Amino acid sequence: MDLFVSAVIQGVLLGGLFAIIGVGLSLVFGIMGLTNIAHGDIMILASFFIMVFSVQMGINLFVALAITIVVMVVIGAAMQKFLINRVITKGAEPALLVTFGISIIIQNILTLIFNADSRIIKGPFSDVNVVSTNWVSISAEYLMNCLVAVGVIIALSLVMKKTYLGRSIRAASSNVTAAEFMGVNTLKTYVYAMCIAVVTSCVAGLLVGQTFVFYPYSGTQYLIIAFGVVVIGGMGSIVGTLLGGLILGVSQLLGALFFGNGYMILIGYIVMLVLLTFRPRGLLSNMARK
Amino acid sequence: MKLEGLDVFYGDFQALYGVSMEIPKGKIVSIIGANGSGKSTLLNTIMGVNRPKAGTIDFEGKDITRLRTSDIVALGVTISPEGSSVFEDMSIEENLLMGAYLPDPRKRRQENLARVYELFPVLKEKEQQLATFLSGGQRQMLAIARAIMSEPKLLICDEISLGLAPVVVKDIYRKIREINEMGVTILLVEQEVKRSLQSSDFSYVMVKGRVVMQGLSAALPETEVKDAYLGINKYA
Repeated sequence: MDLFVSAVIQGVLLGGLFAIIGVGLSLVFGIMGLTNIAHGDIMILASFFIMVFSVQMGINLFVALAITIVVMVVIGAAMQKFLINRVITKGAEPALLVTFGISIIIQNILTLIFNADSRIIKGPFSDVNVVSTNWVSISAEYLMNCLVAVGVIIALSLVMKKTYLGRSIRAASSNVTAAEFMGVNTLKTYVYAMCIAVVTSCVAGLLVGQTFVFYPYSGTQYLIIAFGVVVIGGMGSIVGTLLGGLILGVSQLLGALFFGNGYMILIGYIVMLVLLTFRPRGLLSNMARK
Repeated sequence: MKLEGLDVFYGDFQALYGVSMEIPKGKIVSIIGANGSGKSTLLNTIMGVNRPKAGTIDFEGKDITRLRTSDIVALGVTISPEGSSVFEDMSIEENLLMGAYLPDPRKRRQENLARVYELFPVLKEKEQQLATFLSGGQRQMLAIARAIMSEPKLLICDEISLGLAPVVVKDIYRKIREINEMGVTILLVEQEVKRSLQSSDFSYVMVKGRVVMQGLSAALPETEVKDAYLGINKYA
């Protein structure tokens, strides 16, 4: 019983982290129907930037994050404006191939510069437990990850609901032509949406980078997590990613508890397949009409 | 607005043949035509969704033929598209606020919101509901109200009577007249001959991608317009 409670708590905390890994993928898919294959690599690229600024150059971690966000937004905007927007009007498939190319480029550039060594960002909370009893312990780092992730996702959903930027993104997701009829330049909206997705990836990159070791090729592994989260929660639904993250996190840790660590990832994706059997569009999809 | 010699193709198929029209400021102009007469193609071409192979579109002395849809809208040309194009997963209020997306109308969005609620009280009642729960007539009203929110100089109404109860249609046409009296030029696009002639100053009849008849609405004989519309004898 103790172990069970412990696994559920850890799963929820891990789930928050998973959610923020997935939220950018969901946003980009929701607005332009594009599955961004480079999503995980963009996050890992952010992890490397933060690592260079904070670990190698000794800049304060939060300043390092701020600089990284600025750099990454410029990269993300350029990528959307000069590469993806050129092909997105021809359908989602050519754009998907472009992001596949971007993924390979990021991985290879990172390998070229940093070799295949493992890295980690040293955070302020490593090895601190907030709760530590005989039967359950919660690491400050996991708790922090979850709180930050949930905070960012709530902030994002408020932006989507309350601001003209958010509304124009939702309008463009709902009906591109109608959005243009309102005077929304949807290609610009795509750039803004990609920038927002990149900002969430920078935060995710910091959280992941200080929790797990990462390599230039780690992006793919996180892309798969993001996929799981977004598919369970429902493509395009921001709140859905939170739910998807929690379900994936909890089922992975319960899987590890009952079947052993080796089965952790497998169980997570079996749960995903079972859920998809009953809700093929995900739990909170807003794509039902398409 | 002035259209001149518009030729539009879908692949090898020619949908419009040298369409020329004039829509004078402050007037109500109607385009009458059956399904497949090229009305929708024409509207899409005006709005920059389709590109003409030949011809020009001029709005207030500016050539808008090659502009992007959102830039055409920014100049003051707004369309109330067929009802299906409301933003389904947004509330009525959010739909209306999207109408006031451009910088100038955005500054006056609260006044404009009050104005359209006065025009369409039913929308005010359902302000917080998602648009997906609206009936066909209410969607049509929302689409028109949303278009007005952008403070258009020229408002294009695409088949606003399609599939609606006659009472509702009558009501909507009265609103259109009110909007026109506020100084907005109106372009009505309809299948219904009688109503179009009654509610406009000037009419164009389109058959198979061509303008076959035009004139002051009051002067056009209804029976002849109907013949033309149906493609009977000389107009075919």
